[in-house]
Amino acid sequence: MSMEQVITCINCPVGCRITVTLNDANEVISVKGNTCPRGEKYAHQECTLPLRMITAVIPVENSAIPLSVKTAEPVPKRLISQVMEELRAVQISVPISLGQVVLPNVCDTGVNIVATRPLQ
Amino acid sequence: MKNTDILIIGGGVIGCALARELSRYEAKIAVVDQAWDVAEGASKANSGIVHAGYDAVPGTLKAKYNVAGANVFPTLCEELGVPYRRCGALVVGFSEEDRPTLQELLDRGVANGVPELRIIEREELLSLEPNLNPQACCALLVPTSGIVSPYELTFALADDAALNGVTFHFGEEVSAIERDAEGGFVVRTNKGEWRCRILVNCAGSSSARLHNQLSSRLMHITHRRGQYYLLDRPKEAPFERTIFQCPSKMGKGVLVSPTVHGNVLLGPSAEDIDDPLNTETTQSGLDSVMEKVRLTWPKVSLRTNITNFSGVRAHEERGDFILGAVDGCPGAYEAVGIESPGLSSAPAIGKALAEQIAGEQRLPAKAELAPYQKPAIPFREMTPEEQEKALAENPLYGSIICRCEVVTEAEIVAATHRPVPATHIDAVKRRTRAGMGRCQGGFCSPRVAAIISRETGIPLQDITKNGGNSYLLTGTLTKEAEGREQA
Amino acid sequence: MNRQHVDILIIGAGPAGLAAAIAAREDGIESLLVLERESNPGGILRQCIHNGFGLHRFKEELTGPEYAQRDIDRAKELEIDIECDTTVLAVSPDRVVTCISREKGLRFIEASAIILAMGCRERPRGALCTPGTRCAGIYSAGTAQRFVNLEGYMPGKRVVILGSGDIGLIMARRMTLQGAKVLACVEIMPFSSGLNRNIVQCLNDYDIPLYLSHTVTDIQGRERLESVTVSQVDAQRRPVPGTEMVFECDTLLLSVGLIPENELSEGAGVQISPATSGAVVTDTFETSVPGVFACGNVLHVHDLVDHVSNESFQAGHAAARFVRDSHEEKTFLRVEDGEGVRGTVPQKIQVHPQEAVTLMFRPSGVFRNASAVISCGGKELLRRKAMIFTPGEMAAYTLKPDAFDGLDGSEPVVVRIEKGAE
Repeated sequence: MSMEQVITCINCPVGCRITVTLNDANEVISVKGNTCPRGEKYAHQECTLPLRMITAVIPVENSAIPLSVKTAEPVPKRLISQVMEELRAVQISVPISLGQVVLPNVCDTGVNIVATRPLQ
Repeated sequence: MKNTDILIIGGGVIGCALARELSRYEAKIAVVDQAWDVAEGASKANSGIVHAGYDAVPGTLKAKYNVAGANVFPTLCEELGVPYRRCGALVVGFSEEDRPTLQELLDRGVANGVPELRIIEREELLSLEPNLNPQACCALLVPTSGIVSPYELTFALADDAALNGVTFHFGEEVSAIERDAEGGFVVRTNKGEWRCRILVNCAGSSSARLHNQLSSRLMHITHRRGQYYLLDRPKEAPFERTIFQCPSKMGKGVLVSPTVHGNVLLGPSAEDIDDPLNTETTQSGLDSVMEKVRLTWPKVSLRTNITNFSGVRAHEERGDFILGAVDGCPGAYEAVGIESPGLSSAPAIGKALAEQIAGEQRLPAKAELAPYQKPAIPFREMTPEEQEKALAENPLYGSIICRCEVVTEAEIVAATHRPVPATHIDAVKRRTRAGMGRCQGGFCSPRVAAIISRETGIPLQDITKNGGNSYLLTGTLTKEAEGREQA
Repeated sequence: MNRQHVDILIIGAGPAGLAAAIAAREDGIESLLVLERESNPGGILRQCIHNGFGLHRFKEELTGPEYAQRDIDRAKELEIDIECDTTVLAVSPDRVVTCISREKGLRFIEASAIILAMGCRERPRGALCTPGTRCAGIYSAGTAQRFVNLEGYMPGKRVVILGSGDIGLIMARRMTLQGAKVLACVEIMPFSSGLNRNIVQCLNDYDIPLYLSHTVTDIQGRERLESVTVSQVDAQRRPVPGTEMVFECDTLLLSVGLIPENELSEGAGVQISPATSGAVVTDTFETSVPGVFACGNVLHVHDLVDHVSNESFQAGHAAARFVRDSHEEKTFLRVEDGEGVRGTVPQKIQVHPQEAVTLMFRPSGVFRNASAVISCGGKELLRRKAMIFTPGEMAAYTLKPDAFDGLDGSEPVVVRIEKGAE
């Protein structure tokens, strides 16, 4: 059995509709509809292990201004809501420096959540 | 149960003008209003014209109070620090068929005692107003017609009343009125009961409903909605004067007018509706405004539109104001059917009604009145020298909150501490113009909310747009605020 | 009264103002002052906490605050004087700036050159003339973004977004991640002006429907918003009766376009282009008022901050040159929008430019397999094919100085899109 997935390429404004055929083991058998090699690479990734950067803000004790944070690397898309859940439990207080690790190894991905701004 | 000598129902321009006049007498006075500020009904959403008095049929109360009211506007507005300008008006005829109507208006005006009226012809008309449709053939020139900020007038009247002891009670809707054993009244509201000796019904669109609880001579009010466009301040005003078309039985028709703040006002439509609180605008209503505006101003463009709004005017079927003591109900007074020229008449109505009440109820005049404090001149209107002086006295003038209208933190703070304080975004907006400009509060509303919160102690997430359930925020990132359930 | 003089005064410490200041200081301008009305430099980037910034300039993907911090840090290294909480009230044609702050009161600052870098603002509801009630719960997307990202408050729980520009799309994801339910994103055009990446990652990832060729035709709610009506529109963008859908919601976010904020520029007598709503400028970003330069979103609305920075570096260098060099009269080539093109910047190019010139414009529609053509008289200066041109993506083409050889200004330079075979 094979399965077809149609995705929109995000690399450029053309937005190619790419059809990806996958086998039962979720391996890519074919990629059609892309007009450049970047599209093929994206389609592979998006259909096997889609990744997303997650950015958010979290409340900070002793600061009226919340802290903006991000995943230091993209994480699996299916973990978005779990990452947000773990972020809700983070307790942090100022001072915070840009790039400071706010939450290590979020959802056991090996990826840290880091501050994207300094906060005094 | 709250007790007062005089209870005024309705904090519109009439209720506030009356409250101010009555505050010169020894009496405990309270004003209740269902909305969360004064001037929330027709008083805030009208054309802002101080009519000269040529329109009303001679001999009517409309004619009497319009002319009397218009005469006091210049001094009253100067005294209260309210923006007012005698810009003049033109009632334009677009064909020879309109000429008899203009002649009739001129005759009425002369009979009502309006000065300086005359009919002018096309050439003079187009030289006065070059942006007017060149199809115009003649017009009634009304040099004494004026423009005013109707809500700022109401705020000033209310502030002066409050300084002299009148209390204001918002979000309080009257449901029933009964007589008590002592000949006074028990007034039931959504918040409890009032007991008073003297009752005055200035309830605008609700005034007939209240009247009919007091008197067996029933009244009927038609709720007539008028929709408007408000355009941004142009670099050059398209019209110097208020431009009317010829009136019809539905009202004075669609006008194009400068406002006292330099915006351009287009409207109103006229449509009868069932619910007086229904101030929504509709595509068909707005389209009807534009269709008529194009006759006056063919080159009109909505590219600089700031907002659309509507007001509901209270039209009593007899077509005239109903003022004075309520028939067969001693102690009760009323101002019912106050539609145009209600704003122009308000100062005169307030004065006459107060004098009648004080006379009949034997209210002694106060020995001394609290001095009125004019609101400071807006920062944007000060000379550089005045600005320097203001800054030296209050550094908050150095912090510009609304960039479109150049409103400073000092002015917003002052608005929250006026005698009738501004405690929500729209109340600050109407008192200071913060958020009235082209970005419509996009930049300043979060800052205004923070200042109101700081000055009044209301938590930020409970700050509203205009009171009641009009909250701005539904909670913090981690915690939902209470009472934010979808209806 | 307070009077002072500076060589270069820059209005705005967003990405444009910071880049212009850095360039001018690197060119050796000592007397340099940046005025910023907010309490912190960084501009709108401070609230754009999402990633996707800096790919062109830094070759890595940054969030808005991170991108801004790099320029802030560099400005600090260069000891650039940035005065925050200071609002400019007026700019005069002879380059006197009136500004005000709590700390320093009212001041008049004379500048040898001024760089306008005030950015842009969002189109509000009034600009759409949408009928209905005037209840609470209607925000521009940027105002909502500020509440959530800078102040930590949620402006609503059930949200409809009007407009599918990038800010609207980004806010759809932000509101969803923070626990709100986004019911729909509604776009009046038959295409979105947002990036494909944002449609996929902000809408599709969260199953938020995108209604193209639809708009909001009614707004209901006495106090707080209760519902909006969404209708399909025809080719003339008129609502089609019978297609109404009602969404019960407490929040409507508007992402319906950005307008360069040029009130100060107009006060200074700067000529404004109706196509861009920004100043008419030369290839050195000088406006019609000598010594007054403009860059960034106040000049024309950009898609990418990287391009804002790049343009602003050039403006900063040009202002520095203006301060140092004598100003001889120059003659210019006029630049005109041809078919399929709107709002080309710059509008004027010096005859015999010293440096390469980048022409930027927006396609007026979607064109596939078409070519951008820049020509003057009979001479074709540049021709570039592209698979797609869309209004959502600014096009930019750089011409070397020698491309303009032999042009004397008698004929305009015309930028157009030549449709290819479908």
